[in-house]
Formats: sequence, structure tokens, C-alpha cells
Amino acid sequence: MLDKFGIAKRIAKELKDGYYVNLGIGIPTLVANYVPEGIEVILQSENGLLGIGPFPFEGEEDPDLINAGKQTVTTLKGSSFFDSAMSFGMIRSGRVDLTVLGAMEVADNGDIANWKIPGKMVKGMGGAMDLVASAKHIIVAMQHVNKAGESKLLPACTLPITGLGCVKKVVTELGVFDIDQRGFVLLERAPGVSVEYIKEKTAGRLVVEGDIPEMEL
Amino acid sequence: MLNKVVANAQEAIKDIKDHSVIMLGGFGLCGIPENCIDALVKSGVQNLTCISNNAGVDDFGIGLLLKTRQVKKMIASYVGENAEFERQLLSGELEVELIPQGTLATRCMAAGYGMPAIYTPAGVGTEVAIGKESREFNGKTYLMEYAFDADYAIVKAWKGDTHGNLIFRATSRNFNPLMAMAGKTTIVEVEELVEPGVLDPDQIHTPGIYVNKIFKGLHYEKRIEQVTTRKK
Repeated sequence: MLDKFGIAKRIAKELKDGYYVNLGIGIPTLVANYVPEGIEVILQSENGLLGIGPFPFEGEEDPDLINAGKQTVTTLKGSSFFDSAMSFGMIRSGRVDLTVLGAMEVADNGDIANWKIPGKMVKGMGGAMDLVASAKHIIVAMQHVNKAGESKLLPACTLPITGLGCVKKVVTELGVFDIDQRGFVLLERAPGVSVEYIKEKTAGRLVVEGDIPEMEL
Repeated sequence: MLNKVVANAQEAIKDIKDHSVIMLGGFGLCGIPENCIDALVKSGVQNLTCISNNAGVDDFGIGLLLKTRQVKKMIASYVGENAEFERQLLSGELEVELIPQGTLATRCMAAGYGMPAIYTPAGVGTEVAIGKESREFNGKTYLMEYAFDADYAIVKAWKGDTHGNLIFRATSRNFNPLMAMAGKTTIVEVEELVEPGVLDPDQIHTPGIYVNKIFKGLHYEKRIEQVTTRKK
């Protein structure tokens, strides 16, 4: 089974040289720490920065320079700033190659819910609805089950939808899944996790074809 | 002769009446018009509709106006950092319209560009789409979203001149130049107010034509929401 760092590490293997990538808050942010050697990706922050640099050194934080998670960051050689309309312009027009984001639920038809629990949690969708409606590739990084032990990979989302049919890949602590018209297609198992266990924890349609390899990190 | 300069924040916001619709620039606490928010709190103006990406935190930014119950309605994309906001929303005291961040930005842009509406794929098939006109272009569905119609835009720039030409700094730019273009009346506070000719015309982000009132902010706390650092 993977921890959150393992999930991030596995997703980092999906990065390709030259990709412009938007990383959501939480596990997706960690992906930046595992960019494979020899690959250059440019991180987009929807509050108006291309080329997110590492956290500043202590004492060098700049209140005018944050990422979309409101954390202090730095620029890199070649970074640029822009306003929020241009930021979503580059997202909407398909310039951002990959979006990695978290989810509360994903359905086996690619629907995603990640912005609201009616009557309980009201945080808002931020840029998530824009991103899922327009990104070329979307990978969801999430826990396979919720705190109550219930599957978050479902036949249909029960929470308010963020976007319809947009998720094509999911990485959880248990495995890697593609989504096609048949449902969640199991591609890889996390170390030490059996196919049987994944079946037990997946409520949506699950496709298991042949031997499922254990993932290499 | 152009005379857009006002003495201070109180002077800048003095015409804002109860029930006004105001836009406030900033992303989180980054690039927010701190001085104008303080002046709005002191003015006691009531029943405001605020359009802003976020709602501040409990004791800073728009959170200050929520605490004093001066906000009737909030239009925002993400409000996760404010417990008082969540309480007022869940209890029904505060009217809230949550909209996708790109839609928020583009509805500002449309207002500034004189376009009545835009089409966006964000929110199709979600509760955001309820009651909205949709249209298909090249096989994909888009929602029609109207340009904002705000009485005032209150923004914060880094540098400005007395003609209202503005330059923003780093990611404090965010919604500020968009809202500056979108308000019926645009009020700007700057860290540095200079004479015409000091700012390079090639570097101007917002031309002065969009700005009605400008002043130098007295004090900037520039609070950081999440200080994240690494060791040297």
C-alpha cells in the first residue's frame, strides 16, 4: 500500500518532458518533488504564475508571491506572471498538458466530485471546475476509501459533481486505474496489495484483465 | 486636468452606499485592498454584495466585513479559510453564490471589454449550470455567463501614477487588473503613487482610463496566509 508520498511519486512517472502542469492542493502538490531526472516540466499556478519555484529560504518570503494554495513560493529562470483571466485562458484553450487534482469521489464513467458536501463542507470549487472542463489530461490523486472505510471509486457520484466524464486516470494508495467505457481498468497494484483487496474496496465497475503487475516506483 | 487622486481610503470610498455591489481584488490575502477594506469597516456601510475570489480569513481581508455583518451577499470561488463565513453561510445569514474561478475572472474581463456575456465549459453538468443557457460549439457544451455589473471595483496595485496608470507586482496581480476594468467606478490603492511620466508606458498593466480614484495606502500589513520556507 502506498502513502501519500508514494501516490505522488507514482503520478510523477506520468510526466513528460516539456509538459505544462497544474498541480492541485494536497497530494498533487507533492508530485513536484518527484519529477524524474532529465525531464523538465513547467508548473502553472492558477493565481497567475508559470514556472513555480521552490519554497523561499527562511526570512525571504514575499507576500506578493504565492501559489494557488496560498503558500509562499519563488520564481525560476523563465517564470512569468499574468492575471487570472489569462491564467484560465491558458487552461481553457488547452495549453496546460496535465492537471493533477484530488477528489472526494470518482465515478466509473469519469465523473468527479470534489468541491462540496451539502450541509457540511462549503469551500467552493476554486479553479477545479474550469480545470476539469478543459484540461487535456486529468489524473486524480486520492485515497481509495474514505475515513468510514467506504469506497470513493463509485458507480455514480453521490456528492455534487465538479465535472462530467473528465477523469481518465486515478492513482490511489491501492493502485493505478484508467477509466474507459467499461469502468475502472486496473493497470497496476501498489506494493503488497492483492487484486482481491482492490476488488473489495472498489464499488464502481472494475475491469481486471490478465496478470496485474505490481507498480515500480 | 485629470484629478483622480484622493487623500486617503475614507475619501476614496465615501460615496459607497448601502446595497452597493463591489468587486474586491486579491487572491487569498495576496494583493487585497487592505486600506479600503479597513475604511469600509469604519464607514459602517451595510448590505454589500461583494464579488471577490475569496472571503479573507476570520480577522483579515473581507473577513473583517463579514464579522461586522456588512456583507449581504458574497460571490466567490473559494471560501475555505474562513470559519465565520462558513458559519454565516450554513446558518443562512449570508447569501452566497459560488462560481468557478475562471468564470469569475472572465466575467470581470467581459465587463471591462464591453461584452455582455461569455461561453465557458466550466460547470457544465453541475449545479452551477442550473437555470443557465447553454450552447454547443464544435460538439462541446458551454454555459453562457453574464458579464458582471458592479457599482465599484476596489483594487490594489503596486505602483500607480496620478493618471491612474497601474503596475502590479508578482502574483498580487491576480484579479486586480480585471476588476479595475470592470467596475462602473474604480477605486485603486497603491503602495507607491508617482507623477505621470515616471512609469514606463511599456510596463503599464492597466491604462488610467479605467481608474476613477487613486490614493497611496497608508499602511500595508500584507499578511501571508501560509508561510512555507526551506532551510538555507
